[in-house]
Amino acid sequence: MNPQVASQPFIRWDWVIRHADSIAQRTIDHLVLTGIAVGVGLVLSVLAVLVVLRWRRLEGPVIGVSGVVYTIPSLALMAVLVPFTGLSLLTAEIALVSYTLLILVRNIVTGLDGVPPEAKETAAAMGYRPWRILVEVEVPLALPVILAGVRIATVTIIGLVTVTALIGQGGLGAFILDGLRRNFTTPIVVGAVGSVLLALALDAVLLAVEKLLTPWARVS
Amino acid sequence: MDFLAEVVSWLAEGHRWRGPSGIPVRMVEHVHISAFALLCAAAVAVPSGVWLGHVRRGRLLSVAVFNIGRALPSFAVVALVLPVSIRLGLGLGFWPTFVALFLLALPPMFTNSLTGVGDVPRDLVESARGMGMRELQVLRSVELPLAAPVIVASVRVAAVHVVATTTLGAFVGFGGLGRFILHGFAIRDFAEAFVGAVLVALLAMATELGLGRLEKTVLPAGLERVAGRREAGAVRRLPRPV
Repeated sequence: MNPQVASQPFIRWDWVIRHADSIAQRTIDHLVLTGIAVGVGLVLSVLAVLVVLRWRRLEGPVIGVSGVVYTIPSLALMAVLVPFTGLSLLTAEIALVSYTLLILVRNIVTGLDGVPPEAKETAAAMGYRPWRILVEVEVPLALPVILAGVRIATVTIIGLVTVTALIGQGGLGAFILDGLRRNFTTPIVVGAVGSVLLALALDAVLLAVEKLLTPWARVS
Repeated sequence: MDFLAEVVSWLAEGHRWRGPSGIPVRMVEHVHISAFALLCAAAVAVPSGVWLGHVRRGRLLSVAVFNIGRALPSFAVVALVLPVSIRLGLGLGFWPTFVALFLLALPPMFTNSLTGVGDVPRDLVESARGMGMRELQVLRSVELPLAAPVIVASVRVAAVHVVATTTLGAFVGFGGLGRFILHGFAIRDFAEAFVGAVLVALLAMATELGLGRLEKTVLPAGLERVAGRREAGAVRRLPRPV
């Protein structure tokens, strides 16, 4: 089979054109898999941060546990889950969500810690309750750091989604696996380059969103 | 419970522990290629990063390398190296895996070496020069010790990354612990995949903890305070999971 690989071009454009539909479909799958992971990860992280803010002693354990999960290679994490949750979307998402937690929790906590105490004290003196201080003062001021976390998590997850091809998901990663199995270079290139472009595009979009949502950050 | 029994009976079979596809051999393969690729990458990335940091150039380059490193999925790198390797006549297995690991280990070590040395306060470097130190002395006695925590930490990050990525080498015909996962999936023997996965996870965590320990003993005491002060307030960069 190797001579066959050696003689083919890196990318056959006719294949790309013929598979434009499935490339579009898998790009959408890729975005959906990423969106669910970052969305669910964000909700869980916010809950975890609320717990940490209430019981500060838990910060170490929360960061520690998400740090341990972060070290486990995604393929290994999925293989451990498969006996229990099957070759399913659920397995892929549990793994993907796990990797967003450390990034998001850390950034949210760091962002909130960076809020100047004067701002909180002023709000308290004006009669704001703790909950309102959090929502109306702390979160807006921490927003640049929080959004940076969302951006990093998104770019990271786009890369990891490719590995979920192994359990029948994968978005553009499915092309990579397909190419490896058939010794056919074009789909490998399409899947690899596609996921990098997707990461760069989403990074740019989220950076623009960040700028729009935090106009004051531009001044400082 | 049934599943656990399956795992135990898989492990209980004698041939899992012997021969070229037994657990010990796969483990050694995994560690060997990881260590070799890491050392080769460090030999390239650290000196070049340190030198660029010393002459205070290449800031933009380091940011670009870091961002590209983050956006490139390891799976894609491993897969893309394969056709190149075959074309160059290096074949399947060891070489495509090694090249992918080497490439993936470069960015964190290069970026940290460059910024680590480049971030040493200018006044310190100037005073060292003012005291009559030669360039190499400035590098050896001032810049390198101060940059050491950042550089050594990046070696640990790269090591964990490499150990995790070696798992993917199974896709391009390499052995290592990834074989158990791949083979288990292929024949629907999830007990085998499970064992492989647990071994990989343990190896990754052992690498992280082991090198973390080593870091503490290698670094001169007192440096931690300097490093801690410089990082206060900023969100430290996280490594990328594989």
